[in-house]
Amino acid sequence: MSDMTEGPRDLPQGSDGEQDEGSRAPHRVIGTPPPAEARTLLASEQEPPQRPRIIVPTGPAAKRGERLVATFFLLSGLASIGFVASYVTLRPGSLVDTLRSNLTLGIAMSVAFGAIAIGAVLWLHLLMPKVEIPEDRHSIASSPAERAEFADTFAEGAERSGFVKRPLVRRSLLGASVLLGVAPLVVLRDLGPLPETKLRHTAWARGRRLLVLGPNTPIRPADFSSPGQMITVAPEGFEDNQDAMAKAATIIIKFRPGQLKPPTVMNWAVDNIVAYSKICTHVGCPVALYEQTTHRILCPCHQSTFDAARGAKVVFGPAPRALPQLPLGVDSEGFLISTNDYHVPVGPSFWELGGSGFSGGNEQS
Amino acid sequence: MSTTEKALEGTGRFLDDRLHGASGLNRFLRKIFPDHWSFLLGEIALYTFIILLLTGTFLTLFFQPSMTEVTYHGVYTPLDGVRMSEAYSSTLNISFDVRGGLLMRQIHHWAALLFIGAIMVHMLRVFFTGAYRKPREFNWLIGIIIFSIAIFEGLFGYSLPDDLLSGTGLKITQGVLESFPIVGTYLSFFLFGGQFPGHDIIPRLYVIHVLIIPAVLLALIAAHVFLTFHLKHTQFPGKGRTNANVVGAPMYPYFMAKTGAFFFFIFAVLALLSTFAQINPIWLFGPYNPSAITAGSQPDFYMGALEGALRMMPNWVWNVAGHTFAFNEFIPALLPLGIIFGGGAMWPFIEQWVTGDRGEHHILDRPRNAPTRTGIGVAAVVFYGVIWLEGANDVIANHLDISLFLTTWIARITVIVGPIIAYWVTKRVCLGLQRKDAHLLEHGIETGIIRQLPNGAYVEATRPVSENDEAVLISRTGLPPLPAPAADEEVPAKSMRGGMGRMRLALNRVVTEGIAAPTGNGHGEEHANGHGEPAAISGQGDQGRDGQDSGSSS
Ligand code: HEM
Ligand code: FES
Repeated sequence: MSDMTEGPRDLPQGSDGEQDEGSRAPHRVIGTPPPAEARTLLASEQEPPQRPRIIVPTGPAAKRGERLVATFFLLSGLASIGFVASYVTLRPGSLVDTLRSNLTLGIAMSVAFGAIAIGAVLWLHLLMPKVEIPEDRHSIASSPAERAEFADTFAEGAERSGFVKRPLVRRSLLGASVLLGVAPLVVLRDLGPLPETKLRHTAWARGRRLLVLGPNTPIRPADFSSPGQMITVAPEGFEDNQDAMAKAATIIIKFRPGQLKPPTVMNWAVDNIVAYSKICTHVGCPVALYEQTTHRILCPCHQSTFDAARGAKVVFGPAPRALPQLPLGVDSEGFLISTNDYHVPVGPSFWELGGSGFSGGNEQS
Repeated sequence: MSTTEKALEGTGRFLDDRLHGASGLNRFLRKIFPDHWSFLLGEIALYTFIILLLTGTFLTLFFQPSMTEVTYHGVYTPLDGVRMSEAYSSTLNISFDVRGGLLMRQIHHWAALLFIGAIMVHMLRVFFTGAYRKPREFNWLIGIIIFSIAIFEGLFGYSLPDDLLSGTGLKITQGVLESFPIVGTYLSFFLFGGQFPGHDIIPRLYVIHVLIIPAVLLALIAAHVFLTFHLKHTQFPGKGRTNANVVGAPMYPYFMAKTGAFFFFIFAVLALLSTFAQINPIWLFGPYNPSAITAGSQPDFYMGALEGALRMMPNWVWNVAGHTFAFNEFIPALLPLGIIFGGGAMWPFIEQWVTGDRGEHHILDRPRNAPTRTGIGVAAVVFYGVIWLEGANDVIANHLDISLFLTTWIARITVIVGPIIAYWVTKRVCLGLQRKDAHLLEHGIETGIIRQLPNGAYVEATRPVSENDEAVLISRTGLPPLPAPAADEEVPAKSMRGGMGRMRLALNRVVTEGIAAPTGNGHGEEHANGHGEPAAISGQGDQGRDGQDSGSSS
């Protein structure tokens, strides 16, 4: 390769205080070359390869450097042993044990890696001669001759195969390849069911009780007497069903008489208790914060703010529509129930939502 | 020396007889690497990736990518008896029961942050120094792809433990996905195997996170590093450095020692961070539950821009014919990063078109010497930065004691005005620095010594800048403006005709705006430079061979 012959030019004389040894000392053949290696002998008889003499730092300073470097490498070795020791002796069993184990393993590991890094850098700076060598760049582009040759080869192959001359073969192959590439995509179909109208329904339905999430107990309007509170509820029977709750999570808020204003649907409220979807209409975080003085529901994700006293319409933020209101009623035992599912889809907008999703009962305005 | 050669004899011959490696390896060992601290940024990204592979593989040995519900009875007693997914409980086990597991998890997470952070800073370095210019455009494009994939890799990894925070992140991702026009709901149902959250998402993200994306990243990173080798590294201007050479220390032993040390150093730093700085303590967040959320939590920093964009966007939607365009969701998801990634990908080609400069560039630009590019780069940083900060607007509002709504409005305005101001200011600063450089070159360095001339006038003595500084200062040649088609010219060049041609010319005037190229202080010879067509590599050319570090140290 051409670079072999470029070797000496890459390391010109004097550039780094190094002198050319080749001109004075003859190339030495180390050891006895095996007789079979005629090539080696031949090569050494021809032009002795030239190599600059390397001047490595010597003297007491270098000796000190050597010891310093070795100290760091040894330190790393010790830390590795410490790592193993900590692993064997410290067993997890409690939170404290875990943290203690983490601490000792971590320190040992940091030292094991760090000491090698420091040692190597010191080695580089204290024990290796400094060099700065220029190397030629070669044109990235191939030479015109090389390009022409490539073009020839390519044309030759194309001609031999008849790829250009036989359009029938070419086109049928291209067509088949496209089909072959597309056909396997059908196997991805079973990744999931089709959306259909699934996003339009939740687990709420006529006569389903509201369970207070946590204790999972039904609630009577009279139990929820303190205005200004916000409680998360689940449809009875679905409180542990994550898939259902991802859409059905609902909040109920109690107001003082007269505080509820349109567009809240008044006859969906019971005793000034209203229920709204807990799923933010922005991208679907649970709206979890309620400021009772201003009646504002705040979504902690991107701060969409809804006015709970006015049909949970949007006051600020990126959510585009009100939190849907759940129609409430009371069953024969006096517990709060839903009298129907939400009239509009809950949660974030989607392509099939359409304008009706923005005006299902509690309009935003 | 004799022992070294002896060692090579046996093994070396054995290998070379079979692999024909000597000539290639020889070139490899002699390869010259220029030195500059900023060249380490790419290495940080490379080594953190290797660390991610190592620690991630360890985690796969214990992690259970399953959403099956289990009841926890483990070392972490506060969650005793709580129902959770197997993914979450196995992550608790990794943290508390597996010795060294917590350390590995934390190193993995810190390394992920450092990986993406290093990529970002590395890309800025490449942009501001013009290292992406011909012939390195492919490497720039590969870098942009790596960056964008890395963000997904991080998001998916973060989602795996199935804690409350990561589940909320997934819900946001799903909500945004669902909003895409026409295909959104289908994409969401296919990805999640039905409605959110379902039981498929964690296993699916797992295979993407530990197999598919790492494999793609590995291939891209290999190509990236190979191209860097193959095209040889760029270098900053300096004495003896030309567009036709590369000046530095050889791979073996210098670069090997340095880069090896650097790998160990990064590993040590990550281990240290993971020992003392807790990250993602999932046991404090609890398992995912779709009706709960923790307030005030922040995602990993690389998701901040997406988060900020979602917060900043007004609630625009558009209902047509029974369908909803949820601009409030898919615009923030696609537009800001689309501008950054898309603009970044096209930039090298736009620049070539505007400047007409199709030469090879191996000498880096000092940012001030390309004021328009630098201005655009700073504008992009401000654009991204404002959106990113808006991602923490609740924290900011809290600290500054202003309302959330105010921070959002400030962000909405500055995201448009900020970049414009940043561009303008940066460009003026660059031109000012150029003027200062030209002054230095022409008049030398002021020494502070005042002399009186025979005619009584006082002058301050100056001395010429050092030879190396001169080489740096003179490296700015200024791009020649494209010639305007003369009025009487009947057929202007094709590339200069029509609306596009006029736009090109106008942009060209902006890009070539600058002060006259410096001429040097008398004793400067003609240096080969990094600009223009004739930058073809001409072999020997002018290899200033002086000024190298001489002698050895001891
Ligand atoms: C082949 C490479 C990788 C493998 C095999 C791997 C494997 C894993 C595994 C098993 C987890 C499980 C969760 C845990 O116990 O915390 C995990 C989490 C994670 N991975 Fe990876 N990973 C790899 C690469 C990456 C990369 C390149 C990134 C970043 C860009 C990344 C970022 C994360 C993050 C942020 C977590 C969450 C960790 C936590 O919660 O503490 N991983 N990874
Ligand atoms: S999810 Fe509620 S504001 Fe974004």
